[in-house]
Amino acid sequence: MIELIKVCKSFNQQKVLDNLDLMIAPEKITVIIGQSGGGKSVLLKHIIALTRPDSGEIFVDGIDITKLNDKLLNETRKKFGMLFQEAALFDSMNVGDNVAFPLREHTKLSKKKIEEIVQTKLLQVGLTDVTRKMPAELSGGMRKRVGLARALALDPKIILFDEPTTGLDPIMCDAIDNLIISTQRHTNATCVVISHDIESTFKIAHQVAMLYNGKIIEIGTPDEIKQSNNPIVKQFVGGKAILSER
Amino acid sequence: MIKLFEIAGKPFVIMIEEFGRIMLLLLEAISWMMRPPFRFRIVFKQMEFVGVHSLTVVIITGAFTGMVLALQTYYGFRMFGGESLVGATVALSMTRELGPVITALMVTGRAGSAMAAEIGTMRVTEQIDALYTMSVNPIQFLIMPRIIAGILMLPVLTILSDFIGCVGGYFVGVKLLKINSGIFMARIVELVELEDIFNGLIKAACFGLILTLVGCYKGFFTSGGAEGVGRATTQSVVFSSVAILISDYFLTAVMF
Repeated sequence: MIELIKVCKSFNQQKVLDNLDLMIAPEKITVIIGQSGGGKSVLLKHIIALTRPDSGEIFVDGIDITKLNDKLLNETRKKFGMLFQEAALFDSMNVGDNVAFPLREHTKLSKKKIEEIVQTKLLQVGLTDVTRKMPAELSGGMRKRVGLARALALDPKIILFDEPTTGLDPIMCDAIDNLIISTQRHTNATCVVISHDIESTFKIAHQVAMLYNGKIIEIGTPDEIKQSNNPIVKQFVGGKAILSER
Repeated sequence: MIKLFEIAGKPFVIMIEEFGRIMLLLLEAISWMMRPPFRFRIVFKQMEFVGVHSLTVVIITGAFTGMVLALQTYYGFRMFGGESLVGATVALSMTRELGPVITALMVTGRAGSAMAAEIGTMRVTEQIDALYTMSVNPIQFLIMPRIIAGILMLPVLTILSDFIGCVGGYFVGVKLLKINSGIFMARIVELVELEDIFNGLIKAACFGLILTLVGCYKGFFTSGGAEGVGRATTQSVVFSSVAILISDYFLTAVMF
């Protein structure tokens, strides 16, 4: 269970999150939608404590992570896997080493066992024969798959996706969407996806939350969001420009 | 008037702030040094990067520094018949001053800049955030091994530079300028003390700390995409070089 209570965050006097409240359903896919530059990625970074809020509380499995020291925070982060927008693969390591990285850091598994897990995770994201390739040799879609395989390496309970389909062609977008759905079904993990892709959102989400002006202005199932009477949600879902910019 | 002081004082305030942040990073790196896991493989890899990969440039610059020093001092000393002191002058200059400083400046240009660029790129491509999400502290994983490598390898490179510089000086002094070989060597043995070499190596270790710490600091706090990485790389070289030369004065004042 992830819960954010009255979270505020400002950068250079600009409020990005403004008394934001959000409860993320466990073992479901929650998609957070909103305008580009509206603070979605900042919100995601708060959930994994990459950014600390100015005020407010963020509970992960009942623990307020805003009050944890580095050591306890590291323990809590082991519950998470995160797929970054550009995958954030380590340039200096090949694909196999990237996926094996969290296993080598946090487990005492044998070299052989780690290799087995790496192969399994890569297969899970639909990749074969890429173990020895360097990240620079991969396409955008493949990089994201490897990033997801790395995020899944420790079988996390919570998986965060930061705009997983941005910059990909429609076919690859669909493939990544299917991958998110199958990963959630396979692992039963709590998934939080940041997106501004409406089609993709309605395909994968169990729950959709709309972020606007630093607040969650609407939350519900995809059908509830589609039928929302909130004019801002309506405009966003309909793909029309929001006139009252901040 | 107050406004004028504000404008004039701003660069100093920024400099002091930056110095404070560098010191905080150093303290954090030291605190992570004591905590497991101890990643010796990464330290050795960085030692190879800082040390082995800098060999060529250190050998070339060391040799030519010794050679030009011999040439210059020969022309100066010849005026009052002091040619016999050329060897000792070269050896003393190399061990006390030029060996550590030239080596540090060369390694700054080669390895310090590369550290700033590599860590800066990792910052702007979210690889450092990825380390945090995988419960790996980037200061322990990226910065601490580089600092250790710098402190350990600079003295090694410096002693090599000292030796090559003396060989270069010997070649120019004895082979080209026909100074007596025995006198050349005897003066070195007579005037150069072990303490000169040792103090030079302490300086080198300090320079190793400075160049790796500044390179890592500039890289770690990079922002602004590719342009930011370029800026961090340039600044790391300039900042390290200036810091090395300033600290060299104070270290010399204290040690010799």
